[in-house]
Amino acid sequence: MAYPANYRYTKEHEWVDVKGDVATIGITDYAQHELGDVVFAELPKVGAKIESGKTFGTVESVKAVSDIYAPASGEVVEANEVLHNTPETINTDPHGAGWLIKIRLANPAEISGLMDMAAYEAYIASQSKEASA
Amino acid sequence: MRYLPKSPVERQDMLAAIGAKSIDELFESIPERYRLREALKLPGPLSETEVIEFFKARAAENSGGYTSFLGAGVYSHLRSVITDAIIQRGEFLTSYTPYQAEITQGTLQAIFEFQTLMCQLTGQEVANASMYDGSTATTEAVLMAERLTGRQRVLVARSVHPEYRDVLKTYAKNSGLHVEEIPYAADGTLDQKALQAALKDDVAAVVVQSPNFFGVIEPVAGLSNTAHTTGALLVVAVAEGVSLGIVKAPAEADIVAMEAQSFGLAPSYGGPFAGVVASRDKFVRQMPGRLAGQTTDSEGQRGFVLTLATREQHIRREKATSNICTNQALCALAATVHLTLLGKEGLREMAHQNLSKAQFALSELVKIPGVRRAFDAPFFNEFTIELPRSVKLVNAYMLREKIIGPFVLGTAYPELTKHALVCVTETTSRAEIERFAAALRRALEQPL
Amino acid sequence: MNSKIKKAGTHTNQSEGLIFEKSSPGKRAFELPPLDVPAADPAKALGASHRSEGVEGFPEVSEIEVMRHFTRLSTWNYAIDLGMYPLGSCTMKYNPRVNEFVARLDGIATEHPYQPQELSQGCLKILQLLEKCLLEITGMDSVTLQPAAGAQGELTGLLLIRAYHEKNGNPRRKVLIPDSAHGTNPATAVIAGYEVENIKSESHGQIDVEKLRDLVTEDVAALMITNPSTLGIFEERIPEITEILHAKGALLYMDGANMNALTGVTRPGDLGVDVMHLNLHKTFSTPHGGGGPGAGPVAMKKILEPFRPVPILVEKEGGRLALDQMRPDSIGRVKAFSGNFGVLVRALAYILAYGPGVRQATEDAVLNANYIRKHLEGVFDLPYSLPSMHEVVFSDAIQKKNGVNTMDIAKRLIDYGFHPYTTAFPLIVPGALMIEPTESESREECDLFIDAMRSIAEEAATNPELVKTAPHTTRVRRLDEVGAARKPILRWKPESPRSKAAD
Repeated sequence: MAYPANYRYTKEHEWVDVKGDVATIGITDYAQHELGDVVFAELPKVGAKIESGKTFGTVESVKAVSDIYAPASGEVVEANEVLHNTPETINTDPHGAGWLIKIRLANPAEISGLMDMAAYEAYIASQSKEASA
Repeated sequence: MRYLPKSPVERQDMLAAIGAKSIDELFESIPERYRLREALKLPGPLSETEVIEFFKARAAENSGGYTSFLGAGVYSHLRSVITDAIIQRGEFLTSYTPYQAEITQGTLQAIFEFQTLMCQLTGQEVANASMYDGSTATTEAVLMAERLTGRQRVLVARSVHPEYRDVLKTYAKNSGLHVEEIPYAADGTLDQKALQAALKDDVAAVVVQSPNFFGVIEPVAGLSNTAHTTGALLVVAVAEGVSLGIVKAPAEADIVAMEAQSFGLAPSYGGPFAGVVASRDKFVRQMPGRLAGQTTDSEGQRGFVLTLATREQHIRREKATSNICTNQALCALAATVHLTLLGKEGLREMAHQNLSKAQFALSELVKIPGVRRAFDAPFFNEFTIELPRSVKLVNAYMLREKIIGPFVLGTAYPELTKHALVCVTETTSRAEIERFAAALRRALEQPL
Repeated sequence: MNSKIKKAGTHTNQSEGLIFEKSSPGKRAFELPPLDVPAADPAKALGASHRSEGVEGFPEVSEIEVMRHFTRLSTWNYAIDLGMYPLGSCTMKYNPRVNEFVARLDGIATEHPYQPQELSQGCLKILQLLEKCLLEITGMDSVTLQPAAGAQGELTGLLLIRAYHEKNGNPRRKVLIPDSAHGTNPATAVIAGYEVENIKSESHGQIDVEKLRDLVTEDVAALMITNPSTLGIFEERIPEITEILHAKGALLYMDGANMNALTGVTRPGDLGVDVMHLNLHKTFSTPHGGGGPGAGPVAMKKILEPFRPVPILVEKEGGRLALDQMRPDSIGRVKAFSGNFGVLVRALAYILAYGPGVRQATEDAVLNANYIRKHLEGVFDLPYSLPSMHEVVFSDAIQKKNGVNTMDIAKRLIDYGFHPYTTAFPLIVPGALMIEPTESESREECDLFIDAMRSIAEEAATNPELVKTAPHTTRVRRLDEVGAARKPILRWKPESPRSKAAD
């Protein structure tokens, strides 16, 4: 699956799509693949404050739980309701309909510290190499 | 040794195959100076016959020949021989936790049936596969309420079983919970005024037991409304499950913590029993313990698996909902078999017999001069009486008449030294009740 | 049928639905003797608001149906009574039936925990003798039999440690736990109010003693170790570990899950362990019963004795035994009543049957594990090569090349008539195969297991699909765990529209 060029990425395999001062956050195709079939996503409520680098929710498969780290700080303006009944959307469309939350950015400058598509692709290539070594 | 399936020759052959000269070679990773040179000083070895003789001799040193009026969290009920016959089948008895679903469908389906029975009994939507007992189930229910509300104050009725409260305090001490006790009112139920006064928006849970430790039934629906006014959850502990055959289920509770001992499990000097946590579907992710769920196999047949395991310690480790691993599965199976045998009508009839015998016992006892009923609220198979003198002395007298007297409430409630908690079940005959009443009358007539 | 499958053959087993689906109003499986007192009027005795008409949905079936229902279910289970159950870390050994018999005796099963202590001397003597035996086996000074299982034993142990440090002025903040530990260890530490700090194992799978030296400060309450470790390897540097901890006032907790490797050979108390739990349902043969009950007694050194959970068993003048509640420094109760007494009875029956000969059981357990290791080394990858004690941990690295993982091999083992070994644990071994045969297996059964494992390894190379789609002979095939977790169905519900509306 292609990694959208306009997104930014973290080492913990989250993506961020910024429009104005609102950022949509999800997990990458690489992350959903590593996790396997997603069965549940625990997300913060609207109005919750999240802090860059801190965990704000979890995504679960049958036998694993993955913490989701905030790529940026801000206030949650929407959580993806679709995931409640169809968590598998994270597997089928991780970069689109499987988004997790939208936040109003507290400090938009934080985004520039994240990886762009090329850097992220290089990063996951190095990760896979390490895993198979 | 009869349990070990190897001959000396086989042991030698196996050592040779490994390439070891002696068995000691296999223990060389243990530093020499720590290896035992002498045999352990243990009694035995005993043949099977001698093992049985040993325990029969111990059994003879216990309470054989006495009639008991004790309940207080452990109840004597009729048990069908079928229950033991089934739970002693090796396929149930000697099987592990059903992690490999394909070859543990028997255990898994039985757990699913247990969960269903527990939901039906408690009026809740989801029940787990078992906890250690009623005391730890109550504690786990409170910890669950803490996670659900994010609050840390807990209001516990003083009429909850004293040992359940002790266990809660032990667990609470280091998990940031503040446990406060709410007194009982004159009729034996929770003091609602005291509850109102203590109930603030920092309370995670209000905890009551029903029937409570004094035997009386709490007004669960009303308490639920009260708790919810400040966003607290109502936790209801049920120590005597048979009551649910005739007493309304605590359906308005947010979490029910039940002791399943009354369902076919012998008193066994206090265990093993089986606790249960039951709650609402929406709270399932915060449930402690194992859950079995229905699913299908690759060919579309119905089957069962352990599910929602990410809540548990083997996956979530320090973030798990509980540290429980081994539970009380075989006891839960016994309860499942027992309740299936009783069925709807059997459980109702058993409950009705308990109620009738307790009503009869109370009416007989209050005929004795100086004996009065202590709390007026409705009760099931236990009730509290007040005597004109210390219950301890009275009980000491009754032992001479081969009667184990009622629970001495003064041991847990210093203000109730003359109060006794009398339990009668369907196993107590009318003659025994009458003998007890006569003995109590004589005990009270003894010069002090 | 594969001719190499020698241990098992196919056989028909009965189909059976849920008990609720067999229910029909008016059927009964149990009758009570007639009521011999006046029948109470529930409405009058309880009041309208408390009264119920009976439990909606409860099954109504006959006795033969109950017997068949559960007997049929039982035939869908694998069990130690059927054959080898090599679940690593679980110690699935033979559960002698005499233990069941004595636990059910009149005068044992019938006793009430609140009956007068003078009428409970038999029960108390059982507890006292078990305490003495466990102290002799562990080399510790004092023991509590109250905890209901290993995890509760761990909690009890950590609360003892906490109480000890508190008494000395500072409960301390952290508990150190190796990355190879059971999941209960970190989960328990949190309930005891401690932060968990994980220690990475060194390259041989042992505790990294140098790293430990750096990590142990006066903020560390204890190190929790499992010995032998979950790799089945004895922690050879344990005396040094003890020294490092004690120098900073920290204590050593030992998870006794693997005591089956040590009983009669060495004693944790002599090794410097301060407190440990024992899993009576592992080492001491009480049946696992499909997940429990167990018992998790905690043995400790003198320094922790004042903090034991109440009640405490004491011997009074004239040898009379009593339960004493008065212990001001006690951590309190961890469970109601006197522990899982029925389980304690079974464990004592087991110990008495062996006596000092229990060492032979340990030797046979270690012999079996090493015998299996010897015959499977090379066929399966052995990631840690230090000597094995009672269990051996391989990895699926060789089979993974053909896309076959540890779970596939485990499932294929079912077709060969065995229960799988433990998969995917310990976490430090990716694709782990954790095999614990116990002393209960004959040479013949071990050989059959070895043959099966070798045959599966061959299949993994030549016909990986066969292994990946196993099991092929079970009643149900691989089950949809993902679906079960996404849309949980955790109870049966009636199907009629009326009942549906009521739900």
